[in-house]
Amino acid sequence: MSVPAGFRLATVRGTSQPAEDARLIELVPPEPPVPYPLGSHIDIELIIDGRPVRRSYSLVGEGPHGNVYRICVKRLPDSRGGSVAMWALAPGSQLPISGPHAHFDLALGRAEYLLIAGGIGITPLYGMALSLARRDAPCRLLYAGRRRSLLPFIAELESKLDNRLELFISQEGRRLDLAAEIARLHADGELYICGPVALMEAAKRAWAEAGRPTERLRLETFGSSGHRPAEPFRVTVRDYGKTLDVAQHQSLIDALAAAGIDVASDCMRGECGICVVDVIAIDGAIDHRDIFLSNRQKEESARLCACVSRAVGHVTIDTGYRPSLRRS
Amino acid sequence: MSVTIPAIAEGFARPDFPRNAWYAAAWDVELKHELLPRTICKQSLILYRAESGKPVALEDACWHRLLPLSYGKLIGDTVVCGYHGLRYNAEGRCTHMPAQETINPAACVRSFPVTERHRYIWVWMGDPALADPALIPDLHWNHDPAWAGDGRTIHVRCNYKLVLDNLMDLTHETFVHGGSIGQLAVAEVPFSTTHGENMVEVARWMHDVEPPPFWAKQLGKPGRVDRWQIIRFEAPCTIAIDVGVAPVGTGAPEGNRSQGVNGYVLNTITPETDTSCHYFWAFARNYRITEQSITTELREGVSRIFHEDEIILEAQQRTIDANPGRVFFNINIDAGAVWARRLIDRMIERETPPALAAE
Repeated sequence: MSVPAGFRLATVRGTSQPAEDARLIELVPPEPPVPYPLGSHIDIELIIDGRPVRRSYSLVGEGPHGNVYRICVKRLPDSRGGSVAMWALAPGSQLPISGPHAHFDLALGRAEYLLIAGGIGITPLYGMALSLARRDAPCRLLYAGRRRSLLPFIAELESKLDNRLELFISQEGRRLDLAAEIARLHADGELYICGPVALMEAAKRAWAEAGRPTERLRLETFGSSGHRPAEPFRVTVRDYGKTLDVAQHQSLIDALAAAGIDVASDCMRGECGICVVDVIAIDGAIDHRDIFLSNRQKEESARLCACVSRAVGHVTIDTGYRPSLRRS
Repeated sequence: MSVTIPAIAEGFARPDFPRNAWYAAAWDVELKHELLPRTICKQSLILYRAESGKPVALEDACWHRLLPLSYGKLIGDTVVCGYHGLRYNAEGRCTHMPAQETINPAACVRSFPVTERHRYIWVWMGDPALADPALIPDLHWNHDPAWAGDGRTIHVRCNYKLVLDNLMDLTHETFVHGGSIGQLAVAEVPFSTTHGENMVEVARWMHDVEPPPFWAKQLGKPGRVDRWQIIRFEAPCTIAIDVGVAPVGTGAPEGNRSQGVNGYVLNTITPETDTSCHYFWAFARNYRITEQSITTELREGVSRIFHEDEIILEAQQRTIDANPGRVFFNINIDAGAVWARRLIDRMIERETPPALAAE
């Protein structure tokens, strides 16, 4: 197996299923695992449809578990293909990893912490919650999902967090009131949130409406869940004169690349904004799945992040390619 | 914050200093409401006082393109990068990015726990969760009203452990500082070495000796003296030396120092790179404490004495650099230094993953 620069081969030691559609994967790196900051992730390179793609997965727990790093992957049949490949891993499988990297680290010594997890978004928050509870720091973990059986780590969290944990399970009739929870938080408190993009957008809105400073709201995205289920859509690209179909499990940027249309990108998580393209026309709707564009910009829908966002129907985009841009 | 695990960042090389420790980064008076760049334990930092006076320590590299933030400006409590204007608050969080309506939530620079105590600004270079201010070394003589004194910083081009070696055995006073504090007894009288979990003590009592010129002047009384040097090392890099003389027969060795003069040489040596360090020192005394002229005289006098050490230490480092692989040999007088190094090694071991420690 070829290992890209900056990556190294890790071996799957075991897998288990902490929730209905969640798989816990234990990875043994070639070197002894080292302690990592809470909220860290590793990057993994996968081959999907014959092309290498990179995905980021949060590390589960306060530190390495013995000699393994643990990640937890939700099965998303309509995702960009990563989860299907990850679910195919078995003990002994090898795959290139890099990291741990910390982009979502927990700042210590804050007046109070509010942690909000939506479903599989628990992965980076799990270790944070355990650590804060162990230090007896003022914190609450609000854990939301559709059904109890879909939420990993409930038992461990209940035993270690006690009344710091609150579950919001919509099937059981309990819904999260973001504005009310933010209002309860200490004026200098911080909110750490990870979950579906709709939850994070709602949290951003509620946070801004409460007049709280942006830098005290910390988000982690895993760039795959949208406002609506993924479905195939059609895209026309200005100046290439091409129209192509993006499959259900394919990302827009991957579909473009497969058709020879290059879009510069970096984080592949909908954070940095490098892959933003202009939307010229939309017959249908854009499903914005990034956190780079503001809510206002998403309503305007003049641009979209090609790495994670999708469309329904037929969208015409401009990647900025101009064949005429050349020395005459 | 991107790369996070020091052991990985250094390519698995075992560090020469523990990270889970408070290191003196500056004198209290050095730190103002402006950016002070300083490298501590091979990490470039910017230090400043927030408008409230509270000290701040941030990584000196913009998240975006790694321009040192020390090339930028401090506006209020916000650091503005001198390249593209990204802004960071005192916690290292990015609060502004040009030409976009949101801020990448990953954008931050590492912030380090920082505390002000005993006239120094201390930074914690390791796991912030372990940064307990109770672990700051005891240098209280620097601000205790029963004592008076002052000091300076020497930027020494040598590994910090060479300074520790120098202070853990004062035999060298006889040879390096013969004109002021040295005397043959310092090199010949036996000493005792004791150690605890994180401290080493080397005590040397010279009974019934002629005081060297420096101490004769401080005492201001004629005749022979009992002289003491009690060196206390607190891991990883702080050494407080209890020094003084008292007229023979007045009971100093038994604990009554009332007829003598007592000083503390306060030293804390912060690694900068593998071959340089910030050596913060002060001399505090418990006699004639209201006389500022003595404080100044002593500071200048000790500065001259320590300059003699600086010459030795830098020459030593140059020889080490020129002879890679050569080791030191220890003799009897090095017991204190050997223990100090051993306690440092233990601290490093405790924070190094087991398999790395085996290498």
